[in-house]
Amino acid sequence: MSENDGQVFDRLPETPDDREVPGRASREEVVEWWAERFGVDPNRFDGYTFWEKGAGKIWILSGDVADPIAVEGLGMAFLRTRQEHWKPTTNAVQRFGRAATRNVLELDGERAARFAAGEDQEVEWDGDWGYLVVAHELAGDLEPIGVGLYLHGELRSTIPKGRRESLAEL
Amino acid sequence: MNPLKRYLPLVDDEEAFLAACERPLPYVVRVNTIKASVERARAALDGEGVGYEPADWHPGLLRLDRGSAGATWPYFHGWLHGQEEVSAFPALVLDPRPGERVWDACAAPGSKTTQLSALMDDRGLVVGNDNNLGRLSALRSNAERLGVTNLAVTNQDARNFSLKPFEGARDGHRGRGENGRGDGGGDGSGDGDAGGGGNGNGDGGEGADGEKPADPSFSAFDRALVDAPCSCEGTCRKNPDALDEWTMDHVRSVAGIQKGILRRAVQATKPGGTVVYSTCTFAPEENEAVLNHVLREEACRLVEFDAPLETSPGVTEWDGEEYDPSVERAHRVYPHQNDTGGFFCAKLEVTA
Ligand SMILES: C[S@@+](CC[C@H](N)C(=O)[O-])C[C@H]1O[C@@H](n2cnc3c(N)ncnc32)[C@H](O)[C@@H]1O
Repeated sequence: MSENDGQVFDRLPETPDDREVPGRASREEVVEWWAERFGVDPNRFDGYTFWEKGAGKIWILSGDVADPIAVEGLGMAFLRTRQEHWKPTTNAVQRFGRAATRNVLELDGERAARFAAGEDQEVEWDGDWGYLVVAHELAGDLEPIGVGLYLHGELRSTIPKGRRESLAEL
Repeated sequence: MNPLKRYLPLVDDEEAFLAACERPLPYVVRVNTIKASVERARAALDGEGVGYEPADWHPGLLRLDRGSAGATWPYFHGWLHGQEEVSAFPALVLDPRPGERVWDACAAPGSKTTQLSALMDDRGLVVGNDNNLGRLSALRSNAERLGVTNLAVTNQDARNFSLKPFEGARDGHRGRGENGRGDGGGDGSGDGDAGGGGNGNGDGGEGADGEKPADPSFSAFDRALVDAPCSCEGTCRKNPDALDEWTMDHVRSVAGIQKGILRRAVQATKPGGTVVYSTCTFAPEENEAVLNHVLREEACRLVEFDAPLETSPGVTEWDGEEYDPSVERAHRVYPHQNDTGGFFCAKLEVTA
């Protein structure tokens, strides 16, 4: 099995050395990417497995199943790879982004609402460019809203159309 | 014909029953504990001035003072899921444990699937199956918004559901069990947990703890939920059309499907495992008669259980037919009992 089959989910190889399918990310690289980009402790992903279906889309599954596996869905869409800048999904950041310590941009009430509605906005940010965890204060704690793309002083909202919502300014 | 009239002989208070069926249903959300505690979700609703009243039988079910929660922050974050109050009942009866393998045979759009995941702390595996691909896409987006990661989604007719995708392709797995239960061992797969047989209450010894089981393939479930397609009069408070569309022909044909699905669920579950059967119909043809049939055909028995809300026992006689006396152990929920929709729920144990 050295081809990428779009119909089945294949478990990611443990390390780049275990790679059989060209271009496929390894588990190690995925976990390291979250550590490097967002400061998420690699232990956060203990007990999870990672899967690719189609070219570059990575799913995260709690636990494990037979590999490869032909099912309609497996775990949660997690990360887009096989492109220069890897991109986490909104749902992955909502689920795992609380553990982020780096590249987290906090928005106030009005800006958070605009971000959730899918609007792009100018923001002050002197951290890295690229994909950020965008968060706001909710019920006593910081809560990740989704993924922002920061470039040239502008924060683009990558909230998918179907998830955008017009919400109150808290 | 108003089908509700058929059931008057079964209810204790005809007037209260009919009156409750006319009233619209309160809008209820379930707190998704995968993403937030009940406390925090309530604080978020408080923060937006949304009023709510917790159901008295379950603190994580909140009756809202408005018709939707879709445009609130806690909903956006996947802390809440709109779910009819009584429909949270069967997953609690199934009582899945973290680390187990659970089949949700008729899963879309996933209210109960995602509740099962939450009850399992999002560990172990839930296989959410439905034969309707369009409805499965709703299940997938609900599961993703709610942060569920222990779900595999399949698109099969549950009546002849195949576990083949989960059995793996290695020697010793291929070619067995395509149409029957995993026989609980004998495949030398080294899956210590599954090989035990008769261990229906799962010790949660595997799962998201870092130590991977030697072999993640399996050929039988620890538990199964059959939330069957039905004639749905129980949802009349939300969807009055269910009554207009009601026909006896439909009852007969859907009962055949229900029997097939429940039989398959018993077959696909390990000895000692639990199967829960639920519907939102009052029709004994789709409830007790289905149980009666499956009790005769498959190795299982009905288990007594306490319900957290007010219920009535299953009926043992209907329309000139008599059912196995143990169907009394099932629970019927009438709308006037708890101000909910109508419901039916039975718990079976797989015996061989
Ligand atoms: C009562 S609904 C399930 C609701 C779901 N459990 C929930 O809580 O969101 C019944 C489902 O059974 C599905 N169904 C009907 N016949 C089926 C079959 N033969 N095999 C699998 N699913 C079937 C329907 O598509 C429908 O989605």
